Amino acid sequence: MWRRLKTNPLSLLGLGLILFFIVVAALAPFLAPPEEGTRDKYLIPQESFMIDPTPPQQGHIFGTSEQSYDLYYGIVWGTRSAFKVGLTVVVISVFIGILIGSLSGYYGGWIDEGLMRFTDIILAFPSFVLAVVIVAVLGPGLDKVMTALAAVSWPSYARLLRGEILTVKQQNYVEAARALGAGTGRILTRHILPNAIYPLVIVGSMSMGQVVITAAAFSFVGLGAPVGYADWGQLISLSRNWIIGTSGNSFAYWHTFFFPAFAILLFVLGWNLLGDAFRDILDPRMKK
Amino acid sequence: MGAFLIRRLAFLPVVLLGLSFLIFALIQMLTPEMRAALYVRDPRQLSAIDEVIRTYHLADPIYVQYATWLKEILGGNLGWSETAKMTVADAVKAFFPATFELTILSFAMTLAIGLWLGTISAVHKDRWIDHVSRFISITGTSFPTFVVGLALLMVFYGKFGWFPPGRSSFETQLLLGTAEFKSYTGFLILDGLFNANFKVVWDAFKHIILPAATLTYVEIALLVRVTRSSMLEELGKDYVRTARAKGLDENTVTIKHARKNALIPVITLSSLLFVALLGGVAITETVFDYPGIGRWGLIAAQQLDIPGVLGFASLSALLFVIGNTLADVLYAIVDPRIRMQ
Repeated sequence: MWRRLKTNPLSLLGLGLILFFIVVAALAPFLAPPEEGTRDKYLIPQESFMIDPTPPQQGHIFGTSEQSYDLYYGIVWGTRSAFKVGLTVVVISVFIGILIGSLSGYYGGWIDEGLMRFTDIILAFPSFVLAVVIVAVLGPGLDKVMTALAAVSWPSYARLLRGEILTVKQQNYVEAARALGAGTGRILTRHILPNAIYPLVIVGSMSMGQVVITAAAFSFVGLGAPVGYADWGQLISLSRNWIIGTSGNSFAYWHTFFFPAFAILLFVLGWNLLGDAFRDILDPRMKK
Repeated sequence: MGAFLIRRLAFLPVVLLGLSFLIFALIQMLTPEMRAALYVRDPRQLSAIDEVIRTYHLADPIYVQYATWLKEILGGNLGWSETAKMTVADAVKAFFPATFELTILSFAMTLAIGLWLGTISAVHKDRWIDHVSRFISITGTSFPTFVVGLALLMVFYGKFGWFPPGRSSFETQLLLGTAEFKSYTGFLILDGLFNANFKVVWDAFKHIILPAATLTYVEIALLVRVTRSSMLEELGKDYVRTARAKGLDENTVTIKHARKNALIPVITLSSLLFVALLGGVAITETVFDYPGIGRWGLIAAQQLDIPGVLGFASLSALLFVIGNTLADVLYAIVDPRIRMQ
């Protein structure tokens, strides 16, 4: 797999971007040290309460956004937020997907019928819209957005895994394990799941980028992270009033928009490029 | 075909019933007082909230509540939207044409550009146009919708002042209220044409083009990719070689022979694309202050206007279900093998 990955410069670029962001997230306390005695490190420090953004300068290399929020600090710690949101949502929804998918695929019958009809109903809703409804009911906040996104993204994983299990459970080695007297739990976790789960893990990791985009959209419309929280979507929403610039210089406040937008683009691009590479590797028809 | 259609359409009410259960289950998380707005047609009724709760059985057992709720919805009473300052049914009527106009335009643009790019990059595989189209698809899926929208606004509104946000200029809005301008379709561009008022047409076009371009750019990738790979597959088949061998010119071979067959997966995809546009339109409308269903739904979500959110969501879900059904039916029409299953 690594051999195939190595030959494609775009896949390498994707991998490089992801590694870069992992390093930034890990080193956040050193790259952008929070002030002494800060309660929540994710709250961006404000130097003053001046409304107008200031351009990049000594001390604020990316400049400040509306209300003097330091963009550099926000972007560095926003990397952590992005990983936090992406990983939490993907892990939880994959976990629910595994639970529902394996119950459904392994037992079949009315359990399968019931669970799959429930899945169909959730899939009959455009997932973004359903997530909006859930956030509206639960109230705004990044944790609510994560809950909502996990609640709407598990059905496709469940379906995928169910399909895989339906083929795997016909295999001879499953029959053999049963003949040897292995219990349901053992057959499922030791024989079926390890052979059926691989595509699910790939699809899950590929969706990291999309999850982060959607969560950023929630923050952008004011349903996610609160103002001042280190989150890329929230930083872009701060720039919204300033994209028109001043009368003399229409790009006077370009930095308020450019830096967070660029961060989000690179992050998602990295996952998408890596996802493309995985898809090519998994799809034998694409082999040259 | 008939049997397939009946089977597929019979499934529709089942899904809709399931959707109603899901929505109802979600609103059960709210208190009866908060749910009251879902039933009233006038905000003044809310001052006598106990009466509303009694009339609509909000504190009664759950099956009674569900029955009342469903009866009200089927009777067209979707509650009062505080953000729109009108009933949800009226708000849907007021906002939907704008959204539909934007969706249809973006859909047409995506289809036209996507098919063209997909075909041309398959025919000229690994040449510069193929690389350009790959670049467009991969950046399009990596950019969040609101980033594309804001960037376009920054350049074409902030810098050049060509394409302003909103749906129409103040002048046009004044004109729309008068008897001079008749509204036939609710689509500003079409209404302008029917009224032979080209100022309105131009004004509407100036306002709609940036949101439409944003949606096109963000949604085009899948269409390009599928068209390209399906074209490549067809171009490698024997009948294409036969066509070339008998001396047909290259254009006829690619467009008339190969592309007709390559379109089969694209047709299903395009109805799904329409559905995806309906889902993605909310953020675009918000960025451009375009007064449609999605913008209203998101504002409602921010301000705890639950009836507004549910109005937006139910409409989206309804269109989504219809779109998916249409996709299946279309697929069965173009590919007879599907019907047999």
